[in-house]
Amino acid sequence: MHSLLDSLIEIIRRTSAEIPDDVHRAILGSLENEKKGTIAESALKIIDRNIDLAKRKSQPLCQDTGSVLFYIDCPVGLDQVAFEETAREAVKQATKKGYLRQNSVDSLTGKNDGTNCGPGAPNLHFHQHHSADLNVRLMLKGGGCENVGAQYSLPEEALGANRDLAGCRRVILDAVLQAQGKGCGPGILGVCIGGDRASGYAFSKTQFLRRLDDINPVAELAALEQEIIKTANDLGIGPMGFGGNTTLLGCKIGAANRVPASYFVSVSYMCWAFRRQGAKIDPQSGAVTSWLY
Amino acid sequence: MIQLTTPITEAAARQLRVGDEVFLSGIVFTGRDAVHKYLHDGGALPPEVSFQGGAIYHCGPVVIKDASGEWKVVAAGPTTSTREEPYQWQIIRDHGVRGVIGKGGMGPRTQKACQEYGCVYLHAVGGAAQVLAECVKKVRNVYFLEKFGSPEAIWELEVENFPVVVTIDAHGRSLHEEVFNASSQALAARVSAGAH
Repeated sequence: MHSLLDSLIEIIRRTSAEIPDDVHRAILGSLENEKKGTIAESALKIIDRNIDLAKRKSQPLCQDTGSVLFYIDCPVGLDQVAFEETAREAVKQATKKGYLRQNSVDSLTGKNDGTNCGPGAPNLHFHQHHSADLNVRLMLKGGGCENVGAQYSLPEEALGANRDLAGCRRVILDAVLQAQGKGCGPGILGVCIGGDRASGYAFSKTQFLRRLDDINPVAELAALEQEIIKTANDLGIGPMGFGGNTTLLGCKIGAANRVPASYFVSVSYMCWAFRRQGAKIDPQSGAVTSWLY
Repeated sequence: MIQLTTPITEAAARQLRVGDEVFLSGIVFTGRDAVHKYLHDGGALPPEVSFQGGAIYHCGPVVIKDASGEWKVVAAGPTTSTREEPYQWQIIRDHGVRGVIGKGGMGPRTQKACQEYGCVYLHAVGGAAQVLAECVKKVRNVYFLEKFGSPEAIWELEVENFPVVVTIDAHGRSLHEEVFNASSQALAARVSAGAH
Protein backbone atom coordinates (compact mmCIF):
# COMPACT_ATOMS: atom_id res chain seq x y z
CA MET A 1 0.00 0.00 0.00
CA HIS A 2 3.05 2.27 -0.07
CA SER A 3 2.07 3.96 -3.28
CA LEU A 4 -1.49 4.65 -2.16
CA LEU A 5 0.01 6.29 0.91
CA ASP A 6 2.14 8.55 -1.26
CA SER A 7 -0.86 9.40 -3.44
CA LEU A 8 -3.00 10.33 -0.45
CA ILE A 9 -0.26 12.52 1.02
CA GLU A 10 0.02 14.26 -2.35
CA ILE A 11 -3.77 14.78 -2.47
CA ILE A 12 -3.58 16.34 0.99
CA ARG A 13 -0.67 18.58 -0.02
CA ARG A 14 -2.43 19.79 -3.14
CA THR A 15 -5.71 20.32 -1.37
CA SER A 16 -4.08 22.35 1.38
CA ALA A 17 -1.81 24.45 -0.86
CA GLU A 18 -3.51 24.79 -4.23
CA ILE A 19 -6.88 26.37 -4.81
CA PRO A 20 -8.92 24.58 -7.50
CA ASP A 21 -8.90 26.34 -10.91
CA ASP A 22 -12.66 26.89 -10.98
CA VAL A 23 -12.52 28.72 -7.65
CA HIS A 24 -9.44 30.72 -8.64
CA ARG A 25 -11.20 31.94 -11.77
CA ALA A 26 -14.20 33.05 -9.73
CA ILE A 27 -11.95 34.97 -7.33
CA LEU A 28 -10.14 36.71 -10.21
CA GLY A 29 -13.52 37.66 -11.65
CA SER A 30 -14.60 39.18 -8.36
CA LEU A 31 -11.36 41.16 -8.14
CA GLU A 32 -12.15 42.76 -11.50
CA ASN A 33 -15.66 43.50 -10.31
CA GLU A 34 -14.67 45.33 -7.16
CA LYS A 35 -14.39 49.10 -7.07
CA LYS A 36 -10.77 50.27 -7.30
CA GLY A 37 -9.17 51.77 -4.22
CA THR A 38 -11.59 50.23 -1.74
CA ILE A 39 -10.69 48.03 1.21
CA ALA A 40 -12.71 45.30 -0.51
CA GLU A 41 -10.33 45.47 -3.46
CA SER A 42 -7.32 45.44 -1.11
CA ALA A 43 -8.65 42.32 0.59
CA LEU A 44 -9.13 40.51 -2.72
CA LYS A 45 -5.62 41.49 -3.83
CA ILE A 46 -4.21 39.99 -0.64
CA ILE A 47 -6.29 36.86 -1.28
CA ASP A 48 -4.95 36.60 -4.82
CA ARG A 49 -1.37 37.03 -3.60
CA ASN A 50 -2.01 34.41 -0.94
CA ILE A 51 -3.19 31.89 -3.54
CA ASP A 52 0.02 32.33 -5.53
CA LEU A 53 2.27 32.19 -2.46
CA ALA A 54 0.68 29.03 -1.06
CA LYS A 55 1.08 27.20 -4.34
CA ARG A 56 4.65 28.38 -4.86
CA LYS A 57 5.73 27.48 -1.31
CA SER A 58 3.61 24.36 -1.09
CA GLN A 59 2.21 25.55 2.21
CA PRO A 60 -1.34 25.78 3.57
CA LEU A 61 -3.56 28.41 1.93
CA CYS A 62 -5.13 28.93 5.34
CA GLN A 63 -3.70 27.96 8.71
CA ASP A 64 -6.99 26.34 9.63
CA THR A 65 -6.55 23.20 7.59
CA GLY A 66 -9.97 22.21 8.79
CA SER A 67 -11.90 19.01 9.14
CA VAL A 68 -10.35 16.39 6.89
CA LEU A 69 -13.18 14.99 4.78
CA PHE A 70 -12.52 12.21 2.27
CA TYR A 71 -15.15 11.24 -0.31
CA ILE A 72 -14.29 7.95 -1.94
CA ASP A 73 -16.07 6.45 -4.93
CA CYS A 74 -14.79 2.92 -5.09
CA PRO A 75 -15.30 -0.33 -6.97
CA VAL A 76 -17.26 -3.02 -5.19
CA GLY A 77 -14.88 -5.10 -3.12
CA LEU A 78 -12.35 -2.42 -2.20
CA ASP A 79 -10.94 -3.12 1.26
CA GLN A 80 -12.32 -0.08 3.05
CA VAL A 81 -10.68 -0.95 6.36
CA ALA A 82 -7.22 -1.04 4.77
CA PHE A 83 -7.97 2.16 2.86
CA GLU A 84 -8.98 3.94 6.03
CA GLU A 85 -5.81 2.83 7.82
CA THR A 86 -3.71 4.18 4.94
CA ALA A 87 -5.67 7.44 4.95
CA ARG A 88 -5.03 7.90 8.67
CA GLU A 89 -1.32 7.30 8.15
CA ALA A 90 -1.33 9.81 5.28
CA VAL A 91 -2.98 12.40 7.54
CA LYS A 92 -0.37 11.82 10.25
CA GLN A 93 2.51 12.20 7.82
CA ALA A 94 0.98 15.25 6.11
CA THR A 95 0.66 16.85 9.54
CA LYS A 96 4.34 16.24 10.28
CA LYS A 97 5.22 17.85 6.97
CA GLY A 98 3.17 20.95 7.83
CA TYR A 99 0.55 20.47 5.09
CA LEU A 100 -1.99 20.17 7.90
CA ARG A 101 -2.04 22.04 11.19
CA GLN A 102 -2.23 20.02 14.41
CA ASN A 103 -5.92 20.56 14.25
CA SER A 104 -7.79 17.79 16.02
CA VAL A 105 -8.74 18.14 19.66
CA ASP A 106 -10.24 15.64 22.10
CA SER A 107 -13.62 17.21 22.84
CA LEU A 108 -13.70 16.05 26.45
CA THR A 109 -10.15 16.68 27.64
CA GLY A 110 -9.15 19.46 25.25
CA LYS A 111 -5.96 17.50 24.45
CA ASN A 112 -4.41 17.85 21.02
CA ASP A 113 -2.12 14.90 20.37
CA GLY A 114 -0.82 16.49 17.19
CA THR A 115 -1.74 13.66 14.84
CA ASN A 116 -5.08 14.88 13.45
CA CYS A 117 -6.41 11.37 14.09
CA GLY A 118 -8.99 10.39 16.64
CA PRO A 119 -12.67 9.47 16.86
CA GLY A 120 -14.28 10.81 13.69
CA ALA A 121 -11.04 12.31 12.40
CA PRO A 122 -10.31 12.06 9.57
CA ASN A 123 -13.81 11.56 8.23
CA LEU A 124 -14.26 9.12 5.34
CA HIS A 125 -17.34 8.71 3.19
CA PHE A 126 -17.25 5.60 1.02
CA HIS A 127 -19.55 5.15 -1.89
CA GLN A 128 -19.39 1.94 -3.90
CA HIS A 129 -20.16 1.96 -7.58
CA HIS A 130 -20.10 -0.58 -10.40
CA SER A 131 -17.26 1.14 -12.24
CA ALA A 132 -13.66 -0.04 -11.76
CA ASP A 133 -12.57 3.53 -10.97
CA LEU A 134 -11.30 4.62 -7.59
CA ASN A 135 -11.92 8.35 -7.20
CA VAL A 136 -10.69 10.01 -4.04
CA ARG A 137 -11.87 13.52 -3.31
CA LEU A 138 -10.71 15.53 -0.33
CA MET A 139 -12.19 18.60 1.29
CA LEU A 140 -10.50 20.54 4.06
CA LYS A 141 -13.18 22.61 5.71
CA GLY A 142 -12.08 25.25 8.18
CA GLY A 143 -13.89 26.00 11.41
CA GLY A 144 -14.67 29.64 10.65
CA CYS A 145 -16.88 28.76 7.71
CA GLU A 146 -18.23 25.61 9.36
CA ASN A 147 -19.41 27.64 12.34
CA VAL A 148 -21.66 29.82 10.17
CA GLY A 149 -23.51 26.89 8.62
CA ALA A 150 -27.21 26.94 9.47
CA GLN A 151 -30.18 24.61 9.40
CA TYR A 152 -33.73 25.88 9.10
CA SER A 153 -36.94 24.01 9.80
CA LEU A 154 -39.74 25.32 7.61
CA PRO A 155 -42.12 26.97 8.11
CA GLU A 156 -39.86 29.56 9.75
CA GLU A 157 -42.33 32.17 10.83
CA ALA A 158 -39.90 34.88 11.89
CA LEU A 159 -38.47 34.95 8.36
CA GLY A 160 -41.81 34.45 6.65
CA ALA A 161 -40.48 31.29 5.06
CA ASN A 162 -43.06 28.70 3.99
CA ARG A 163 -42.58 25.21 2.63
CA ASP A 164 -41.82 26.20 -0.96
CA LEU A 165 -38.90 27.47 -3.03
CA ALA A 166 -39.66 31.07 -2.06
CA GLY A 167 -39.33 30.00 1.58
CA CYS A 168 -36.06 28.24 0.79
CA ARG A 169 -34.81 31.43 -0.83
CA ARG A 170 -35.62 33.44 2.28
CA VAL A 171 -33.76 31.20 4.69
CA ILE A 172 -30.77 30.75 2.41
CA LEU A 173 -30.42 34.54 2.11
CA ASP A 174 -30.79 34.83 5.87
CA ALA A 175 -27.86 32.43 6.24
CA VAL A 176 -25.79 34.71 3.97
CA LEU A 177 -26.73 37.74 6.05
CA GLN A 178 -25.85 36.04 9.33
CA ALA A 179 -22.56 34.63 8.02
CA GLN A 180 -21.25 38.01 6.93
CA GLY A 181 -17.68 38.76 7.87
CA LYS A 182 -17.28 35.63 9.95
CA GLY A 183 -17.03 32.97 7.27
CA CYS A 184 -14.18 34.55 5.22
CA GLY A 185 -16.15 35.77 2.24
CA PRO A 186 -16.60 35.88 -0.60
CA GLY A 187 -18.03 32.46 0.07
CA ILE A 188 -19.75 29.56 -1.59
CA LEU A 189 -22.96 27.94 -0.37
CA GLY A 190 -23.77 24.25 -0.39
CA VAL A 191 -27.46 23.73 0.30
CA CYS A 192 -29.68 20.73 0.83
CA ILE A 193 -33.43 21.09 0.64
CA GLY A 194 -34.98 18.18 2.52
CA GLY A 195 -33.40 15.17 4.19
CA ASP A 196 -33.22 14.81 7.96
CA ARG A 197 -31.08 16.90 10.31
CA ALA A 198 -27.99 14.72 9.82
CA SER A 199 -28.34 13.74 6.17
CA GLY A 200 -29.29 17.30 5.21
CA TYR A 201 -26.02 18.75 6.43
CA ALA A 202 -24.01 15.84 5.00
CA PHE A 203 -25.71 16.29 1.61
CA SER A 204 -25.21 20.05 1.66
CA LYS A 205 -21.45 19.49 1.98
CA THR A 206 -21.35 17.15 -1.00
CA GLN A 207 -22.59 20.08 -3.11
CA PHE A 208 -19.07 21.51 -2.71
CA LEU A 209 -17.75 18.60 -4.77
CA ARG A 210 -19.48 20.16 -7.79
CA ARG A 211 -17.46 22.52 -9.96
CA LEU A 212 -18.42 26.16 -9.52
CA ASP A 213 -19.08 26.55 -13.24
CA ASP A 214 -21.37 23.52 -13.60
CA ILE A 215 -25.08 23.90 -14.26
CA ASN A 216 -27.62 22.24 -12.01
CA PRO A 217 -29.57 19.69 -14.10
CA VAL A 218 -32.76 20.58 -12.18
CA ALA A 219 -34.05 23.76 -13.81
CA GLU A 220 -35.77 25.21 -10.70
CA LEU A 221 -32.65 24.68 -8.62
CA ALA A 222 -30.40 26.13 -11.33
CA ALA A 223 -32.57 29.25 -11.35
CA LEU A 224 -32.60 29.47 -7.55
CA GLU A 225 -28.80 29.16 -7.42
CA GLN A 226 -28.39 32.07 -9.83
CA GLU A 227 -31.00 34.17 -8.05
CA ILE A 228 -29.33 33.64 -4.66
CA ILE A 229 -25.92 34.66 -6.01
CA LYS A 230 -27.34 37.77 -7.63
CA THR A 231 -29.35 38.90 -4.61
CA ALA A 232 -26.52 38.15 -2.16
CA ASN A 233 -24.12 40.21 -4.25
CA ASP A 234 -26.57 43.11 -4.24
CA LEU A 235 -26.56 43.29 -0.44
CA GLY A 236 -23.25 45.14 -0.22
CA ILE A 237 -21.67 42.77 2.30
CA GLY A 238 -18.55 42.26 0.21
CA PRO A 239 -15.25 40.43 0.78
CA MET A 240 -14.58 39.90 4.50
CA GLY A 241 -17.79 41.81 5.19
CA PHE A 242 -15.92 45.06 4.41
CA GLY A 243 -18.73 46.20 2.07
CA GLY A 244 -18.44 45.65 -1.67
CA ASN A 245 -19.77 43.86 -4.72
CA THR A 246 -18.88 40.21 -4.14
CA THR A 247 -20.51 38.38 -1.27
CA LEU A 248 -20.91 34.96 -2.91
CA LEU A 249 -18.75 33.24 -5.52
CA GLY A 250 -21.17 30.38 -5.92
CA CYS A 251 -24.27 28.62 -4.68
CA LYS A 252 -24.95 24.91 -5.17
CA ILE A 253 -28.29 23.44 -4.19
CA GLY A 254 -29.51 19.87 -4.13
CA ALA A 255 -32.73 18.30 -2.96
CA ALA A 256 -33.25 15.08 -0.98
CA ASN A 257 -36.51 13.44 -0.05
CA ARG A 258 -38.01 14.30 3.32
CA VAL A 259 -40.72 12.87 5.52
CA PRO A 260 -44.03 14.76 5.30
CA ALA A 261 -43.62 16.25 8.79
CA SER A 262 -40.14 17.72 8.19
CA TYR A 263 -38.88 20.36 5.81
CA PHE A 264 -35.26 21.21 6.52
CA VAL A 265 -33.06 23.56 4.57
CA SER A 266 -29.43 22.92 5.51
CA VAL A 267 -26.87 25.52 4.47
CA SER A 268 -23.14 24.86 4.57
CA TYR A 269 -20.84 27.79 3.95
CA MET A 270 -17.41 27.50 2.35
CA CYS A 271 -14.84 30.27 2.64
CA TRP A 272 -13.00 31.68 -0.38
CA ALA A 273 -10.09 29.39 0.63
CA PHE A 274 -12.08 26.54 -0.87
CA ARG A 275 -9.88 23.50 -0.43
CA ARG A 276 -11.10 20.63 -2.51
CA GLN A 277 -9.11 18.41 -4.82
CA GLY A 278 -9.41 14.86 -6.01
CA ALA A 279 -7.69 12.20 -8.04
CA LYS A 280 -8.44 9.05 -9.92
CA ILE A 281 -6.28 6.33 -8.41
CA ASP A 282 -5.27 2.99 -9.87
CA PRO A 283 -6.83 0.54 -7.38
CA GLN A 284 -4.01 -1.96 -7.90
CA SER A 285 -0.89 0.20 -7.72
CA GLY A 286 -2.36 3.06 -5.69
CA ALA A 287 -0.83 5.59 -8.10
CA VAL A 288 -2.63 8.75 -9.21
CA THR A 289 -3.69 8.41 -12.84
CA SER A 290 -5.41 11.79 -13.24
CA TRP A 291 -6.63 14.81 -11.25
CA LEU A 292 -10.31 15.54 -10.99
CA TYR A 293 -10.39 19.34 -10.65
CA MET B 1 -1.25 53.17 4.30
CA ILE B 2 -0.59 54.07 7.94
CA GLN B 3 2.47 52.71 9.73
CA LEU B 4 1.84 51.55 13.28
CA THR B 5 4.51 50.15 15.59
CA THR B 6 4.23 48.40 18.96
CA PRO B 7 4.15 49.43 21.73
CA ILE B 8 1.08 51.39 20.63
CA THR B 9 0.34 54.54 22.62
CA GLU B 10 -3.18 55.47 23.57
CA ALA B 11 -2.91 58.57 21.39
CA ALA B 12 -1.83 56.50 18.37
CA ALA B 13 -4.76 54.11 18.89
CA ARG B 14 -7.20 56.99 19.18
CA GLN B 15 -5.93 58.57 15.96
CA LEU B 16 -7.06 55.60 13.90
CA ARG B 17 -10.44 55.60 12.16
CA VAL B 18 -12.67 52.93 10.68
CA GLY B 19 -11.51 52.17 7.14
CA ASP B 20 -7.84 53.07 7.72
CA GLU B 21 -5.45 50.60 6.16
CA VAL B 22 -2.53 49.94 8.48
CA PHE B 23 0.86 48.22 8.31
CA LEU B 24 1.64 46.94 11.79
CA SER B 25 5.23 46.29 12.86
CA GLY B 26 6.70 45.11 16.15
CA ILE B 27 5.58 42.39 18.52
CA VAL B 28 2.24 40.61 18.50
CA PHE B 29 1.10 37.85 20.83
CA THR B 30 -1.28 35.21 19.54
CA GLY B 31 -4.15 34.36 21.84
CA ARG B 32 -7.41 32.66 21.04
CA ASP B 33 -10.15 30.66 22.73
CA ALA B 34 -8.18 28.87 25.44
CA VAL B 35 -6.09 31.92 26.40
CA HIS B 36 -9.11 34.23 26.57
CA LYS B 37 -11.11 31.85 28.73
CA TYR B 38 -8.08 31.22 30.94
CA LEU B 39 -7.52 34.96 31.54
CA HIS B 40 -11.24 35.51 32.08
CA ASP B 41 -11.24 32.75 34.71
CA GLY B 42 -8.51 34.64 36.60
CA GLY B 43 -5.46 32.92 35.14
CA ALA B 44 -2.16 34.82 35.11
CA LEU B 45 0.00 35.54 32.10
CA PRO B 46 3.51 34.10 32.18
CA PRO B 47 5.84 36.69 33.82
CA GLU B 48 7.67 37.30 30.51
CA VAL B 49 4.44 38.27 28.71
CA SER B 50 2.94 41.74 28.85
CA PHE B 51 0.09 42.97 26.68
CA GLN B 52 0.60 46.62 27.77
CA GLY B 53 0.46 48.77 24.63
CA GLY B 54 0.47 45.53 22.73
CA ALA B 55 -1.45 43.74 20.06
CA ILE B 56 -3.18 40.43 20.64
CA TYR B 57 -3.71 38.33 17.56
CA HIS B 58 -6.61 35.87 17.29
CA CYS B 59 -4.62 33.26 15.46
CA GLY B 60 -3.63 29.62 15.72
CA PRO B 61 -0.62 29.45 13.44
CA VAL B 62 0.96 26.41 11.80
CA VAL B 63 4.44 26.39 13.32
CA ILE B 64 7.18 23.85 12.65
CA LYS B 65 10.75 23.48 13.87
CA ASP B 66 13.23 23.88 11.04
CA ALA B 67 16.42 21.84 10.64
CA SER B 68 18.33 24.11 13.03
CA GLY B 69 15.68 23.73 15.74
CA GLU B 70 14.23 27.24 15.23
CA TRP B 71 10.47 27.73 15.22
CA LYS B 72 9.14 28.77 11.84
CA VAL B 73 5.63 30.05 11.14
CA VAL B 74 4.36 28.47 7.92
CA ALA B 75 0.77 29.74 8.01
CA ALA B 76 -0.71 32.45 10.19
CA GLY B 77 -4.06 33.95 9.25
CA PRO B 78 -6.66 35.23 11.71
CA THR B 79 -9.39 33.16 13.32
CA THR B 80 -12.97 34.34 13.91
CA SER B 81 -12.89 36.91 16.71
CA THR B 82 -16.48 36.88 17.81
CA ARG B 83 -15.88 33.81 19.97
CA GLU B 84 -13.80 36.04 22.26
CA GLU B 85 -16.58 38.61 22.61
CA PRO B 86 -17.51 37.43 26.14
CA TYR B 87 -13.91 38.00 27.35
CA GLN B 88 -12.22 40.62 25.17
CA TRP B 89 -13.47 43.77 26.91
CA GLN B 90 -12.04 42.60 30.19
CA ILE B 91 -8.65 41.77 28.70
CA ILE B 92 -8.52 45.20 27.04
CA ARG B 93 -9.34 46.79 30.39
CA ASP B 94 -7.04 44.72 32.60
CA HIS B 95 -4.05 44.20 30.32
CA GLY B 96 -3.76 47.51 28.44
CA VAL B 97 -4.19 45.97 25.00
CA ARG B 98 -4.22 48.64 22.26
CA GLY B 99 -4.84 46.47 19.24
CA VAL B 100 -6.95 43.37 18.77
CA ILE B 101 -6.19 41.60 15.48
CA GLY B 102 -8.62 39.08 14.05
CA LYS B 103 -11.35 38.61 11.51
CA GLY B 104 -15.09 39.00 11.34
CA GLY B 105 -15.31 41.82 13.84
CA MET B 106 -16.57 41.86 17.41
CA GLY B 107 -19.65 42.92 19.30
CA PRO B 108 -20.84 45.86 21.37
CA ARG B 109 -18.88 45.06 24.55
CA THR B 110 -15.56 45.09 22.68
CA GLN B 111 -16.64 48.17 20.76
CA LYS B 112 -17.38 49.94 24.03
CA ALA B 113 -14.08 48.82 25.59
CA CYS B 114 -12.19 50.14 22.53
CA GLN B 115 -13.82 53.52 23.05
CA GLU B 116 -13.39 53.56 26.80
CA TYR B 117 -9.79 52.38 27.09
CA GLY B 118 -8.32 53.44 23.74
CA CYS B 119 -8.03 50.31 21.63
CA VAL B 120 -8.75 49.39 18.00
CA TYR B 121 -9.88 46.25 16.24
CA LEU B 122 -7.57 45.49 13.34
CA HIS B 123 -9.07 43.22 10.71
CA ALA B 124 -6.65 40.94 8.88
CA VAL B 125 -7.74 39.15 5.72
CA GLY B 126 -9.18 35.81 6.77
CA GLY B 127 -7.59 32.85 5.06
CA ALA B 128 -4.56 34.82 3.89
CA ALA B 129 -2.27 32.61 5.91
CA GLN B 130 0.71 32.79 3.56
CA VAL B 131 0.74 36.55 2.99
CA LEU B 132 0.50 37.07 6.74
CA ALA B 133 3.08 34.38 7.59
CA GLU B 134 5.54 36.21 5.33
CA CYS B 135 5.14 39.25 7.59
CA VAL B 136 6.27 37.20 10.60
CA LYS B 137 10.00 37.75 10.74
CA LYS B 138 10.74 35.77 13.86
CA VAL B 139 9.19 33.59 16.52
CA ARG B 140 10.57 35.07 19.74
CA ASN B 141 9.00 32.63 22.13
CA VAL B 142 6.06 30.40 22.88
CA TYR B 143 4.08 30.04 26.12
CA PHE B 144 1.48 27.49 27.25
CA LEU B 145 2.48 25.16 24.42
CA GLU B 146 2.05 22.04 26.55
CA LYS B 147 -0.98 23.35 28.37
CA PHE B 148 -3.06 24.46 25.39
CA GLY B 149 -1.48 22.77 22.34
CA SER B 150 0.12 24.53 19.40
CA PRO B 151 -2.83 26.42 17.82
CA GLU B 152 -4.01 27.69 21.23
CA ALA B 153 -0.60 28.60 22.68
CA ILE B 154 0.65 32.18 23.08
CA TRP B 155 3.19 32.71 20.31
CA GLU B 156 5.32 35.85 20.58
CA LEU B 157 5.88 36.99 17.01
CA GLU B 158 7.98 39.73 15.50
CA VAL B 159 6.05 41.16 12.54
CA GLU B 160 6.84 43.67 9.83
CA ASN B 161 4.31 45.55 7.68
CA PHE B 162 1.50 43.23 8.71
CA PRO B 163 -1.53 44.45 6.68
CA VAL B 164 -4.74 45.15 8.57
CA VAL B 165 -7.80 47.39 8.29
CA VAL B 166 -9.29 49.30 11.22
CA THR B 167 -12.89 48.08 11.45
CA ILE B 168 -13.67 49.11 15.04
CA ASP B 169 -12.13 52.36 16.22
CA ALA B 170 -11.84 54.11 19.57
CA HIS B 171 -14.57 56.58 18.59
CA GLY B 172 -17.46 54.14 18.87
CA ARG B 173 -17.66 53.21 15.19
CA SER B 174 -17.82 49.67 13.89
CA LEU B 175 -17.75 48.85 10.20
CA HIS B 176 -19.31 45.47 11.03
CA GLU B 177 -22.30 47.07 12.66
CA GLU B 178 -22.71 49.49 9.74
CA VAL B 179 -22.46 46.82 7.02
CA PHE B 180 -24.77 44.49 8.94
CA ASN B 181 -27.44 47.18 9.31
CA ALA B 182 -27.20 48.29 5.68
CA SER B 183 -27.26 44.72 4.32
CA SER B 184 -30.18 43.77 6.58
CA GLN B 185 -32.20 46.65 5.14
CA ALA B 186 -31.17 45.75 1.61
CA LEU B 187 -32.24 42.15 2.17
CA ALA B 188 -35.55 43.12 3.73
CA ALA B 189 -36.34 45.16 0.62
CA ARG B 190 -35.40 42.31 -1.73
CA VAL B 191 -37.19 39.60 0.22
CA SER B 192 -40.48 41.45 0.28
CA ALA B 193 -40.06 42.30 -3.42
CA GLY B 194 -39.66 38.60 -4.16
CA ALA B 195 -42.55 37.49 -1.95
CA HIS B 196 -45.18 35.22 -3.38
